[in-house]
Amino acid sequence: MFKFPKIALALTLCLTCLTVFSQSTKYPGVGRDATAKEVAAWDIDVRPDFKGLPAGSGSVAKGQDVWEAKCAQCHGIFGESNEVFSPLIGGTSAQDIKTGRVANLTRADFPGRTTIMKVATVSTLWDYINRAMPWTNPKTLTTEEVYAVTGFLLNLAGIVPDDFVLSNTNMAEVQKRMPNRNGMTTAHAMWPGKEFGNASKPDTQNVICMKDCVPEPKVASFLPDFARNAHGNLSEQNRIVGQQKGADTTRAEGSSTKSNATTNGASTATTAATAKPADNKSDNKAVLALLGKNVCTACHGIDKKIVGPGFNEIAKKYPGKVDYLAGKIKAGGAGVWGAIPMPAQNISEADSKIIANWLANGAPK
Amino acid sequence: MKEHLNASGRVIKAPENFLTPTDVKTVFVEGKQGRRDFIRRAFAAASTATAAGVAAMSAPAAWAQGNPIPSEGGDPNILNLPEHATGLGQGVATEGYGKPSKFETNLQRRQSPGLTQTTQASVSFAPLQSLFGIVTPSGLHFERHHQGWWDIDPSKHRFMINGMVKSPKVLTMDEIMRLPSVSRFHFIECGANTAVDWGNVAVPTVQYTHGMLSCSEFTGVPLITLLELAGADLKNGKFVLAEGGDGSSMTRTIPMSLITSGEVLVAYGQNGEMLRPENGYPLRLVVPGVQGVSWVKYLRRVEVGDQPYAAKDEAIHYIDLQPNGLHRQYASIQECKSVVTTPSGGQVLLDKGFYNITGLAWSGKGKIKRVDVSTDGGRNWRQARLETPVLSKALSRFNLDWIWDGKPAIIQSRAQDESGYVQPMYKQLRDVRGTRSIYHNNAIQSWLVQENGEVKNVQVS
Repeated sequence: MFKFPKIALALTLCLTCLTVFSQSTKYPGVGRDATAKEVAAWDIDVRPDFKGLPAGSGSVAKGQDVWEAKCAQCHGIFGESNEVFSPLIGGTSAQDIKTGRVANLTRADFPGRTTIMKVATVSTLWDYINRAMPWTNPKTLTTEEVYAVTGFLLNLAGIVPDDFVLSNTNMAEVQKRMPNRNGMTTAHAMWPGKEFGNASKPDTQNVICMKDCVPEPKVASFLPDFARNAHGNLSEQNRIVGQQKGADTTRAEGSSTKSNATTNGASTATTAATAKPADNKSDNKAVLALLGKNVCTACHGIDKKIVGPGFNEIAKKYPGKVDYLAGKIKAGGAGVWGAIPMPAQNISEADSKIIANWLANGAPK
Repeated sequence: MKEHLNASGRVIKAPENFLTPTDVKTVFVEGKQGRRDFIRRAFAAASTATAAGVAAMSAPAAWAQGNPIPSEGGDPNILNLPEHATGLGQGVATEGYGKPSKFETNLQRRQSPGLTQTTQASVSFAPLQSLFGIVTPSGLHFERHHQGWWDIDPSKHRFMINGMVKSPKVLTMDEIMRLPSVSRFHFIECGANTAVDWGNVAVPTVQYTHGMLSCSEFTGVPLITLLELAGADLKNGKFVLAEGGDGSSMTRTIPMSLITSGEVLVAYGQNGEMLRPENGYPLRLVVPGVQGVSWVKYLRRVEVGDQPYAAKDEAIHYIDLQPNGLHRQYASIQECKSVVTTPSGGQVLLDKGFYNITGLAWSGKGKIKRVDVSTDGGRNWRQARLETPVLSKALSRFNLDWIWDGKPAIIQSRAQDESGYVQPMYKQLRDVRGTRSIYHNNAIQSWLVQENGEVKNVQVS
């Protein structure tokens, strides 16, 4: 008697099973299971609770060696450099390590914010160094090197002592000393979900007002006249036809307005001609592309120093010295232009010759 | 000037960097005395006109003409037939992939001089001042790279789903493109758009104030489809990590609630063709309404988890400093915002008379409900026309008729979205968030039209 309902129940259960299962088989033939090896190769993220952190360790001393070889070019010997990226270290105190709030963040007059002033979670440093550093060769550091460099940075900020060895077993203790660990809030209405239980009401409440809404407006901020042309000639950054023209910022204000106002064919054609970029420098363009491809431009400006000397400076110093320059490009070096070393470059013989030739010829644009 | 902008390393410092404290003081003193009186006088005159009504203003006794009749009795462009009217034009497929007219070369995405030290961790701004409608041409889409861009072979690109799933999955581009797709228009705005103007005016044109903004039709597969394919735990898996496949391997945390709504896309299409390499070819995440940094490019992996990830761009950058020294973390929505693109900074109005004030409005919370425009610095407002289509979390175009009487005018736009939220004034925003937030500046923008027709970026108090 009760045999039948039992079968019915089993059938129902089975149908439920099928429904759940059908979610993943709705698109047969699409996708396959990832292998454990594949997941291990890509799943490198580390969460604030240290899920994903591989076992390992690295000393502050080792971190200093790695730092000076692979990081200091961009970040400075003490993580203080502002040449390429914002400074990493500075602005925190022993008191901040106690309170978990960086006092300088409340000062409107404090000139900048370093990474260590902002970051609340030590996992973030480890994860980012591991996935994205060094900038020109990401994901090439060993696990030990990542621990070591992270430890070295923490040491520069006075969070861990000189003889410290950072490891997966003591990261949680280090977290308790992060200077800005209590410095974050999710009490705002700008997260698109309810996961943080955050505020749902926006923090500004403007209203639709149509008449006599504000007192007489006063201009409180505007660009000074000497910055007029700082972004280039704005007349070349607007379409040549339309209800407005771009202002000719190479001239003093007002002086060119009238001539711009004529819209006869002749002046339009002239404008178009000047707007067209010259394209007779394709060889130099190819070299510039090569410089970009080999990431030379990360450290050298065309006509200014960034970390290394500007190409114009090099060209001026070594006219005609193709072989010397080609050798230097490949081998790197230090001392000629300053203390910050240029690492050896993984660049083909042919490419280094092309760049050396271009430099020896005066680095023309 | 062009070569300054294009050549790597040849940068001119942005005004905010080369103003010494003394200069800043001078600017503010001038602002208080000279310009203020100038504006006050202008509005004293203007308000008389307003009181008398618009009719009084429309007395174009002798507007100067931008299109005068030459003395010879006719325009030579009409009288003398041009070559293109008397000769043979070019054949089909001269260009296998057509390019804009050679007269349109002024429209370029551009770097803001002095903003960054390298071109690989940098940004280029879209030329909003010269664009129409709501779609950004793919080649003018703004760029933000953290470690340079790549052109990746799509046949070798793989997409992985792991974490809290029944079975981790791997898909090829072929497989992703086999799945049911959707196409939707959405805006993408960098969280740092308009950042340089948080404290004071720093850049001249709308390209540099608002140009980290673009809108495209994106085609792809809803991420929820792919999560279901892997059997994701949608109940306990409250967060999804998205990860890029390039050197920076950008990561960002996405809330599951936004994914289950079906809005988040794994996209390969942009404006009818594949994504551009600078925009993440062959695969990127589309997170409607959320700041651009979450739209991970070169997307290689998503991971389902039960906690947020505090990635570099959630714990060091893209956090908003508040006056009390706390940083707002995970602030992601781009709140309702608008800007007039003509007349805008760096442009010159050629004459008095009729103009079409035009601009863009958008909200990360849905559709734009209305846009109002003021020409007197926010005192009085008129409702603008919203042009179709008006789509959720997409740019909307607005227009308003305006007759310029040749007197100074301060033009503003103010948008409201379907949630009822109204775009704030600078004062309202600064009262709550101070001036050091960097990100999420959605304040009302002011453009001063001077008597000589030149338009300037200003802020009013």
